[in-house]
Amino acid sequence: MGNALLQYATVFVLSIFVGIEVVSKVPSILHTPLMSGSNAIHGVILVGSMLVLGSASTTTAEILGFLAVILSTLNVVGGFVVTDRMLEMFRSKTPAKKKADEDPS
Amino acid sequence: MSRGTLIDLLYLFSAITFLLALKGLGSPKRARLGNAVAALGMLVAIGATFFHQNAHGQGLRHVGLIVLGMVIGVIVAVPAARLVQMTAMPQLVAIFNGVGGGAAALVSITEFVKIHSTHPATYVVLEVLLGVLIGTVSFSGSTIAFAKLQELMTGRPITYPAQQFINAIVGLGALALIITILVSSSTVLLWVLLAVAFVLGVIFVLPIGGADVPVLISLLNSFTGLAVAASGFTLGNNLLIVAGTLVGASGILLTRMMSKAMGRSLANVLFSAFGSVSATSASAEGVEGRTVRSGSPEDVGVLLAYANKVVIIPGYGLAVAQAQHVLRELAEELASRSIEVFYAIHPVAGRMPGHMNVLLAEANVPYESLIEMDEANQELLTADVALVVGANDTVNPAAQNDPASPIYGMPIINAAAAANVVFLKRSMRPGFAGIENELLYDPKTVLVFGDAKDTLTKLLAAVKAS
Repeated sequence: MGNALLQYATVFVLSIFVGIEVVSKVPSILHTPLMSGSNAIHGVILVGSMLVLGSASTTTAEILGFLAVILSTLNVVGGFVVTDRMLEMFRSKTPAKKKADEDPS
Repeated sequence: MSRGTLIDLLYLFSAITFLLALKGLGSPKRARLGNAVAALGMLVAIGATFFHQNAHGQGLRHVGLIVLGMVIGVIVAVPAARLVQMTAMPQLVAIFNGVGGGAAALVSITEFVKIHSTHPATYVVLEVLLGVLIGTVSFSGSTIAFAKLQELMTGRPITYPAQQFINAIVGLGALALIITILVSSSTVLLWVLLAVAFVLGVIFVLPIGGADVPVLISLLNSFTGLAVAASGFTLGNNLLIVAGTLVGASGILLTRMMSKAMGRSLANVLFSAFGSVSATSASAEGVEGRTVRSGSPEDVGVLLAYANKVVIIPGYGLAVAQAQHVLRELAEELASRSIEVFYAIHPVAGRMPGHMNVLLAEANVPYESLIEMDEANQELLTADVALVVGANDTVNPAAQNDPASPIYGMPIINAAAAANVVFLKRSMRPGFAGIENELLYDPKTVLVFGDAKDTLTKLLAAVKAS
């Protein structure tokens, strides 16, 4: 096992703890946006897809890499847009008064 | 500073933005900003990757093809994400998660095809195989989850004889294949592994009932994260390892929180084919000989208008009927008569934790008036009316009283504690989990049948008139 593997393993293990720590404080009302937001973050596989297609030298690799780029773009773009749409709705103070004007009583 | 170092620094920046985003999601006020920050970090990472050079100083090839793939992805993803109804959000998350898992699997496969002639170290091959296995399971599993939520196939658990035995055999088969490939380094067997992993994802999800699918999506989300981390190991890319692992770890924690909210263990959710036996037959025969009290919207309107405290318990049926806006108008009308109004949100109301909050927020319900289960149960003790709109399982007393019930042990919103219980229901059909609800037959319960939006509109008129 090389030094590189050890370094990656270190990053991996520390990330596990950080991931658990950061998420354990999220209130339940934000669980859905959290799931969607982390879904967008693993879209970072696009970077991997770019690297793979960018170093492809056979047709098989080109086809697979190209597919990977499309799929990961779907993941990353869709993920962020959906999350933003959800969070857009969590406005702090809503103008609940506008209905009161047409209140007959 | 060399180009490689600069790219690595930019990757570090991206990793930090991802962390800040997850942290920002801890508060409704900062969540949106957090998401935007992560999107910025993602852009930086992608931009930096265009300048990548390999060990021989060669730049990225096929840049045109990369850009083309991205353009196709954007053209499909943006309209899908923007136009889909809020109620369909869970399946959208499922499918975006699935394609991510598929991409991770493809990256691992492509890398393996490239390096396998160089006789890579065993641990490198293992990373590739894990990436392929986990990514593919996530892909096919998410696809089935999507089909279940989108009602392209039945939401009920699909079972067959010796299911767990067969599934275990397929799982062991995948492990055996991994060991064989590690020894032989065969590319042919890699394709076999891909096929087996695909089947594994499908049969893993089939026995999971519709109500449990959100827990499953959360788990598959976590899987995709781990598959991305595995690809990161293979490619030697720290950013993929950090981001993938963050998602993998947080996803597993979230999955546990979700199954806990249903009062069940994760193993129970995944392997018990929950709700497959009860339901249809029980509801057909169970109703027989028992009477329910049904009321008109006018009766209920008066009941509401003269209450002091009303607790609204919304469920997925509310969202299906697109009745959130009318419900909010009703709540505002009641509040203007100095009636205390709360929305009691069960952790698994809707189809994902927090889903109901999103749906109500969409209808401009201020999130301050949403209360969580424990607080709701306190308020219900002194409430005059519990108004159950399109919810069923989350208020089913069987979860507390009937040890034989499949949902026994699930924490519920104790609607029965209120002086009056009003159910707005489309029909006598049982809820998503397919279980009969005793509360419907309680003497203090009134049922108003009909489409939730329709009924709420009539209720609103009745309240205004009284």
